[in-house]
Amino acid sequence: MYDVLLDAVDTAEREGISLGELALRTEAATGIRTREEVEAGLRRALHVMQHAVERGLVGDLHSVSGLVGGDAHRLAHARGPLANTIFTDALAAALAVQEVNAAMGVIVAAPTAGGAGVLPGTLLGIAKRHPVTEEALVRALATAGLIGAVVAVRASLSGAEGGCQAETGAAAGMAAGAGVELLGGTPRQAMHAVALTMQGTLGLVCDPLGGLVEVPCVYRNATGAAMALAGIEMALAGVEFPIPVDEVIDTMGQIGREMDVRYRETAGGGLAATPTGRRLAKERLVQLKPKKGAGG
Amino acid sequence: MVSLLDIIGPVMVGPSSSHTAGACRIGLIARALVGGTPDHALVELHGSFARTGVGHGTDRAIAGGLLGYHPDDERLRESLEAATAAGLTIEFKNTTLRGDHHPNTTRITVRCGERQAVLVGSSIGAGRIVITAIDGFPVEISGVYTTLVAVAKDVPGIVASLAGALAEDEVNLATMRVSRRQKGGDAIHIYELDHAPSDAALAQIRALPVIKTVRVVERVA
Repeated sequence: MYDVLLDAVDTAEREGISLGELALRTEAATGIRTREEVEAGLRRALHVMQHAVERGLVGDLHSVSGLVGGDAHRLAHARGPLANTIFTDALAAALAVQEVNAAMGVIVAAPTAGGAGVLPGTLLGIAKRHPVTEEALVRALATAGLIGAVVAVRASLSGAEGGCQAETGAAAGMAAGAGVELLGGTPRQAMHAVALTMQGTLGLVCDPLGGLVEVPCVYRNATGAAMALAGIEMALAGVEFPIPVDEVIDTMGQIGREMDVRYRETAGGGLAATPTGRRLAKERLVQLKPKKGAGG
Repeated sequence: MVSLLDIIGPVMVGPSSSHTAGACRIGLIARALVGGTPDHALVELHGSFARTGVGHGTDRAIAGGLLGYHPDDERLRESLEAATAAGLTIEFKNTTLRGDHHPNTTRITVRCGERQAVLVGSSIGAGRIVITAIDGFPVEISGVYTTLVAVAKDVPGIVASLAGALAEDEVNLATMRVSRRQKGGDAIHIYELDHAPSDAALAQIRALPVIKTVRVVERVA
């Protein structure tokens, strides 16, 4: 896959194809998997995402610790000024997937399990109110995969390495680029959407209570989807971010490398280290202590 | 080379690609080393696996792997109960392994009838794993390939015999590694393969006079 996103955009423009189409052709050209195999894998991922959103919206799930659950349902039935819009649908879907994840349900790590709500939230939020084909959604996942591959090579996709900017931040960048193409935008607009979105998640720390993928991870997937929608809207309107996207991605990697270990999935800083964060983790983890004979 | 399906995937039971999906894959490899569901397993959890493993379902994920469940199998949630029902006793213990280990590491000792195995495996991010030791031999197994694990006397010519049998069977080698605990003792041969060898080829390898054990670990990723 590509390690310079601008190169991918230049190539896609020259050939008159989308980034998603370019991603599928590039992967097929490696000879490891056929195009059909890759599309089938992405289609399966799409179906798992759709199922996870539906499952989470029911609202009866509880996480392993009991700290999260039911908020996706709450948001899907919101009556606020933004109710019944792509915005609220995307946030609800992102929460739904993360609530399924926290309850040990089946999700697609995209790029990780902790950030798994952002991409389906954004794309399926759009698809709910915009007529898009399954084929277009599969191609959008390929777009997201291409963007994620660039981030994996240039920066990181791991909260333990780069903080939450590398998980929900990267996922938001992927969702923004994919969302632009799903809505008929150009590869260049998709690229600017990635930059416009990821500039807004730079420096985001990974600070889960008790080290569990629950608080704030579930909510951060919803705000990640919101960030992606902001990037999509700006890019489709013709806004261009002045710093090239690859440099924005490099900046995320650099900030991650300089980030104190307390902010990299160790539960040593941020919200995890607040008095309430510590108390909740202690209470819930005590409750989770395995029974005699079953653990230690 | 990063594949689109590495980024958009794996499909997995939550909540953590490293603490759940990766842990399950390590369990699957332990199972494969004894050729089926073990009767007994001692699962020692190290580092982050010990600290946050229960909340991430690491115990259930490893138990599920020992039962043959894959990371996307919803039965992982109930695997501890299923293990009891299947006659598999699992003892979990928190530990600090000696030496340099990834924070997400487990040592699993499994017994299935007469067969026994000990492995050390780490979950290194996004569901990817590496097995770093089998029965005390240093190894490096990713689980991305079908892997042949053979223990043989440390005498000249074994690699040629093994590779020859695989070549005759038209099995392509992706990686190979031989290591030993001491000169003239036993050596472990790890061949990562593009596809599984035939039963006939395995029988031929088993019949080699210097071969002590041969195990095939199917790909788990």
